Amino acid sequence: MKKYWRTGEPCVWGTGAALAVTLLIAATLIVVVMVNGLGVFWPAAIEKLELKDGSALLGELTQRETVHEGEEFRRQYKVGNRDLYGLDFRWVDEADILAVSQPSDALLLEREEYGNFYGFLNRFEDGGAGGDMLGALRNSHAEVMAEKALVRGMNEEISRLSYQLDRLRRNLLKAEYQGLGPDHPKILEIKRNQAILQDDFSHLVARQNQAAADMRARKAIFADVNGREREIALADIVAIYGPNQMSLVEKAGVYLHRLKELFVGEPRESNTEGGLFPAIFGTIMLIFIMSLFSFPLGVIAAIYLREYAKEGMIVRLVRIAVNNLAGIPSIVYGIFGLGFFIYGVGSSIDQMFFPETLPTPTFGTGGILWASLTLALLTVPVVIVSTEEALGAIPREIREGSLALGSTKFQTLMRILLPMASPGIMTGLILSMARAAGEVAPLMITGVVKLAPSLPIDGNFPFLHLDRKFMHLGFHIFDIGFQSPNVEAAKPMVFVTTLLLVLIVLTMSSVAIYLRNRMKKRYTFSTF
Amino acid sequence: MQTAATLQIEDPIIAVDNLDFYYGKAKALHGINLRFPRRQVTALIGPSGCGKSTLLRCFNRMNDLIDISAVTGNILLNGADVYAASMDVIELRRRVGMVFQKSNPFPKSIYENVVFGLRIAGVKNKAILDETVERSLKGAALWDEVKDRLHTSALGLSGGQMQRLCIARAIAVNPEVILMDEPCSALDPKSTARVEELIGELSNEYTIIIVTNNMQQAARVSDFTAFLYEGVLVEFGLTNKMFMKPQKKQTEDYITGRFG
Repeated sequence: MKKYWRTGEPCVWGTGAALAVTLLIAATLIVVVMVNGLGVFWPAAIEKLELKDGSALLGELTQRETVHEGEEFRRQYKVGNRDLYGLDFRWVDEADILAVSQPSDALLLEREEYGNFYGFLNRFEDGGAGGDMLGALRNSHAEVMAEKALVRGMNEEISRLSYQLDRLRRNLLKAEYQGLGPDHPKILEIKRNQAILQDDFSHLVARQNQAAADMRARKAIFADVNGREREIALADIVAIYGPNQMSLVEKAGVYLHRLKELFVGEPRESNTEGGLFPAIFGTIMLIFIMSLFSFPLGVIAAIYLREYAKEGMIVRLVRIAVNNLAGIPSIVYGIFGLGFFIYGVGSSIDQMFFPETLPTPTFGTGGILWASLTLALLTVPVVIVSTEEALGAIPREIREGSLALGSTKFQTLMRILLPMASPGIMTGLILSMARAAGEVAPLMITGVVKLAPSLPIDGNFPFLHLDRKFMHLGFHIFDIGFQSPNVEAAKPMVFVTTLLLVLIVLTMSSVAIYLRNRMKKRYTFSTF
Repeated sequence: MQTAATLQIEDPIIAVDNLDFYYGKAKALHGINLRFPRRQVTALIGPSGCGKSTLLRCFNRMNDLIDISAVTGNILLNGADVYAASMDVIELRRRVGMVFQKSNPFPKSIYENVVFGLRIAGVKNKAILDETVERSLKGAALWDEVKDRLHTSALGLSGGQMQRLCIARAIAVNPEVILMDEPCSALDPKSTARVEELIGELSNEYTIIIVTNNMQQAARVSDFTAFLYEGVLVEFGLTNKMFMKPQKKQTEDYITGRFG
């Protein structure tokens, strides 16, 4: 036995097992998220159940579990039709089921409101008599969708006009604040422009309302499985599927279509359905702006600590403080951001540059700039520590070699040390980005919102609006998973959003790791 | 303090007068007086910790990098006081090149390594840079081996080649003196022979001061030798004379390997 211990083999097994467990946990995490998230968009079959009490049920099977110690089973169906039933899901004991079928004419309607509708098409007047009623419905729906896109296009124009109106309103306020009289030419000019714009604006809104009303006039009558009829405007339908008739290829098409909508679409149904584009955009932009601040700040601070500061009590204290800073709970940074950036800096900016709109704040409220700065503070210690380590790892001979050739300290730093330290610095950046991407708590008080009306970048001058509130995937998960009125129905979206967040972090890290490895190849020593 | 410079050197390139050196409170060099002859190879020998590297690093003020170091006495480079306030350290280090114990090429191409000294001095003319690379690499007997791969990484060279590259880098800026701090201690015998040969060739143009722990090497490459022991200069003289007939008992003991 003693001999066996001496071989060191138990050590190998023990350490190997520890590694295996951690890898397993990480893999399980990814797999769970993927399994739950990837299947969401696959069009499942619609089953019709005939129950013992004579009623019927139509929906997608979501879960099956045992009851009575494994003797019997219970199934959960997603039945949709929230406007009719009030609930999206229903549990059924298998003992109560008389027959299960998959009616080929069962339809799944994705709607703008009230979630999915499961049922059958009863009547559609526009679609000619008899013949292919469903085909006619589909054609009409495509037409309505095209009209809807036009109406949406008007939306952009409307938001541009309202943005301009808002600017004029601010200009007017500013002019009045500056003490110009009501018949000053500048104010008259603004008022004239305002009148013209207001006129355009109301015309456009009226036109849009008219178009929307026309669109909504086209309706079809659907019935649920028990024959209850429901009139639905075509404009309220996002998509019509008949999953029981679909081939595998068609299902794959639907899957890809829904995936695309996820990436480029806007959310609907209080975020539990539709796309995630604003949240994806907000997350990436947040991390980007955060890096713009934390990266240079951290690197420069580390250079001072490592290269210029005299080693001693103070430097040691600073280093301890920096290391501890990385361990402070992130919500504390959030509170600091609120107190310092928003109430302090933001309010001062408002007082100085936008006094006319007060008490309505411009920068004195949460926004993407303040959230980014807060995250930058949170991640700067990571950059400092890794940069310091990278600089410290450069052999003394290299510095001396450069200095002995008559270079200044600054030249040595720029031409030799920083390039050599760049892989290590990149590691710090990767870590800080990953940390920032996952933080939600500090964002909640510095500018993240459930639904942002516009992106921080758009076509309106000055294009970059750092004062705007934004959406974020992490907050999105929290919001739809815990704050939405219909948590059960939102669950698939929670997993999808999580998967997306993981994907974004992985993608950004992979790019950074690729860059780091390229640098490493260039700047490391071969052994000799 | 005793001095042992029995030899009179006319027109020395470096003259050391009563040099004391301290690391904090510890005194590392005690009243060194030395004259280094122009265009000759001078070896500094002595047991580890005797202060020979410290002395070498005074000549280009590399010791300035150590915060707690302090110097008294004078070092004159062609008559100018190295430690004077008016001395520009950057300029000094251009005039006094250095080759280190461990070869330290920068993680750049061979070409960029050689022209580094010129680049930081602001030379941009491609013709001058090209010419310098060829002259320096030829001077360091490396040209034939690397002329076809000047723009590949210097880190792909062998240990001996790297050390010769460092020598080429040092002579690229045309220094007046080249300091060598045990340049062969990390090399195999063949590379060592090559570098020693190179030192002989370079001494036609440059003044070389070399620190070495290898008695045979000192005997082979140097014209003059200084023996230091515990921060004190024990003996300085023509290498031949010193190795054949040392004047001091301590020197004889060290050279013959009885201690150190």
